[in-house]
Amino acid sequence: MSEIKSFKYDLVIVGGGPAGMACAVSAYEAGLRSILIIERDAALGGILRQCIHNGFGLHTFGEELTGPEYAYRYERKVKEYGIEYMLNTMVTAVGADKTVTARNEELGIFRIEAKAVALAMGCRERPLGALGICGRRPSGIFTAGTAQKYVNMMGYLPGREVVILGSGDIGLIMARRMTLEGATVKGVFELMPYSSGLARNIEQCLNDFGIPLKTSHTVVEVHGEDRLTGVTVAEVDENRVPIDSTRELIPCDTLLLSCGLIPENELTLGAGLTLDRRTGGASVDMNRQTEIEGIFSLGNVLHVHDLVDYVSDEAAVAGAAAARYIMGAVAQSVAFDVTASFGVRYTVPQRITELCDLTLYFRVGAVYENKTLTVRFGDKLIYSRKCARLLPAEMQTVRLTRDKLAALGATSGEIKVGLE
Amino acid sequence: MFDIAVIGAGVIGGAVAREMTKYNLRVVILERESDVAMGATKANSAIVHAGFDAKPGTLKARLNVRGSELMEDYAYELGVKYNRCGSLVVGFNETDRQTLSELMARGEANGAKELYLLGTREEVLAVEPGVADGVCCALFAKRGAIICPYELCMAEVGCAIDNGAILKLNFDVCEIEKSSDGYIVSSADGKCVEARWVINCAGVYSDKIASLVGDVSFTVSPRRGEYVLLDKSEGGRVSHTVFRCPSPLGKGVLVTPTVDGNLLIGPNAEDISDKSDNGTTAQGVAHIKRLAREQVAGIDFSKTITSFAGLRATPSTGDFVIGVVCEGFINCAGIESPGLSSAPAIAEYVAELLAGAGVTLTPRKDFSGRRRPMHYFRELADEEKNEIIKKFPEYAHIICRCEMISEGEIIEAIKTNPRPSDIDGIKRRTRSGMGRCQGGFCSPLVAQILARELKLDLLEVTKRGGGSLINLSRTKGKS
Repeated sequence: MSEIKSFKYDLVIVGGGPAGMACAVSAYEAGLRSILIIERDAALGGILRQCIHNGFGLHTFGEELTGPEYAYRYERKVKEYGIEYMLNTMVTAVGADKTVTARNEELGIFRIEAKAVALAMGCRERPLGALGICGRRPSGIFTAGTAQKYVNMMGYLPGREVVILGSGDIGLIMARRMTLEGATVKGVFELMPYSSGLARNIEQCLNDFGIPLKTSHTVVEVHGEDRLTGVTVAEVDENRVPIDSTRELIPCDTLLLSCGLIPENELTLGAGLTLDRRTGGASVDMNRQTEIEGIFSLGNVLHVHDLVDYVSDEAAVAGAAAARYIMGAVAQSVAFDVTASFGVRYTVPQRITELCDLTLYFRVGAVYENKTLTVRFGDKLIYSRKCARLLPAEMQTVRLTRDKLAALGATSGEIKVGLE
Repeated sequence: MFDIAVIGAGVIGGAVAREMTKYNLRVVILERESDVAMGATKANSAIVHAGFDAKPGTLKARLNVRGSELMEDYAYELGVKYNRCGSLVVGFNETDRQTLSELMARGEANGAKELYLLGTREEVLAVEPGVADGVCCALFAKRGAIICPYELCMAEVGCAIDNGAILKLNFDVCEIEKSSDGYIVSSADGKCVEARWVINCAGVYSDKIASLVGDVSFTVSPRRGEYVLLDKSEGGRVSHTVFRCPSPLGKGVLVTPTVDGNLLIGPNAEDISDKSDNGTTAQGVAHIKRLAREQVAGIDFSKTITSFAGLRATPSTGDFVIGVVCEGFINCAGIESPGLSSAPAIAEYVAELLAGAGVTLTPRKDFSGRRRPMHYFRELADEEKNEIIKKFPEYAHIICRCEMISEGEIIEAIKTNPRPSDIDGIKRRTRSGMGRCQGGFCSPLVAQILARELKLDLLEVTKRGGGSLINLSRTKGKS
């Protein structure tokens, strides 16, 4: 019998993408030294490795970088600090007691006892089966990210005549990418009356190439026995039900899906945590600590971000907090719940347990114009801001200061974020 | 020259071929698709029926009950997961209660064992707490079971090949000619094999195959059934297969856990004309979801992994068409439900028919019926896995993160009979790509492994054989 090898680290970070690396760097800078990043892929960087377009880093570095360039800035720091990392290593379980089980080719199945665990597994794309599209199951249907991997990482082109369902950012980016590779993109169809992608991507990836975006439209059926030969699209009514009289067959050999991202929380659930139904991620405090002390959740596994810069900010908060937690310097002093009221779909964090400066992240549930964004505690207005236009695609932030929280004169209660 | 040519590598053809390899016979299996289990076997309810459904005195009734008796040992021998979870036929009113008594009587007449009537809602809830409001009675078949039909078929065919049978894929039979010693069976693209006996296990096409030797006594029409498969998080909604009591309003659907822990609902039944049209429809899927909700409480359809449709081979005669047509030709045709349940009994029956026709069946001493379970690796303890990983490190390299399938398991599947040659083939054998992300992350990796192991260019790798290509060209500057 082979024994199960066992190791000890202060902080184990599950995932070496932008969240995991930023968390590690910030924990190191906060004084922690016993840190291990575990990455399932063959290199650090996560999904950024296949995002070869630019537009990353405007907030964090004040310049436009490609995905791999952005990732490399953090990878360089990880290496400069001598932070340990394992590649080609899959974490298969995280226990509530912060025992991490993983496997790789060198060590086989092994365990790590950690004082704190940071969950940074990222997200996955919503697949075809979850969309309720009818027809046979020919080849030629890919999630946008899978197609991006074939094109950008492997050098293969999965299609020539392309229809894209969903206007998420990866779909928009792939509309441009496929066009540049010589494919014809016949249109992007979005179920909702508004796009779920960033305005700048619609401009640069669709409008600049004359690719039509049809909102309130969906793909109702796919055709073809071996390879896809076409899709039937239709307009949808206000209840998102396809209108039969608007059905139209579009010949194509490829359907790319960009219909939403789902935080990949199987390990989180395995640790015994429950998920916030609105974010699909764990419920956390301002340190991104979950309901289990010493288990943190950050990046797209916590809630799906539109900008990697926000992921890095959030992960840095979590990394520094994990370091303080391990050093015994985190104390719960207050217990505020942060909740979403009118117009707001969710907030992160969901709880505030310390008086400190912090950023609230949230998304609206629909397109709103000329609204005032407010943060209230009972009848006290903590914060307000006039907004000309708010889009579900664009994450919003509100900065709250320690002084403002202290001025509430309370140690518990509900802080409500909403539109008025 | 073969002794036996089995046409069709579904669960019936697989069972028959394996049965034949128990004897001193040279066996060839002819399959039109690029893999086994590609017809009705791929998409059905995955149920081993207890035997109360078929009319007494029919072949269906007899072979169902016998097959259900044989199945547990059969599955164990072949290393296939089988779970005798029991099944319930639930009723909602007094008419249903009457129908359930009739079903029970029919089951007993068929020889089905361990059938119980549950007369009150409390009794039903005590057996299955997951039933919906309104269920007031049920027929409980303790011996009802679940199994994975394509896994069973792959094990049967693999076992037959391991025992000397030859599998010819992409062999679309279009002609069967009498020769001096038997028949010459030819494919559409000009290949041929000669065999003393031909056994027709061609599913929805079994009428076409029979007509090639002049038997036009029956037809087989495709009856489409649509299904919805849900995530393992929904797999615990019920612990039994829950059927709805048949009524003048229709047969209803079933809601069942699968052996892999998912929840499966379906099927509807629609007679169609195209024998290859296994597409799903909006109306069909909506219909089965509505019915499923009426019999099982709280199903969360936002956890849907996929929907799919299968084609049952519905015979014009109403019963299985099994028998010797003429010297050298046997039909196992029109095998619709309960065909999966009957498979081992049908194989046994075919052997009897052959013996009755004067074929000498000499048991082989070297026949090996046992097979290692396809998913043995994942069932091992961590220490045992590490023993294997030490010798073959690729077993620690996870390719499918949803189902936790390693590169080692994929390579092993590629080298195990019947050998897969496409991404769906790997999926059915290993479950790689069968989880929540539906292959989004792993399919490019599986494609690379297939290309490497089979010495193909990535451009040649297909989803499901034929023209189901994945990539169409290299990117610019890479050609």
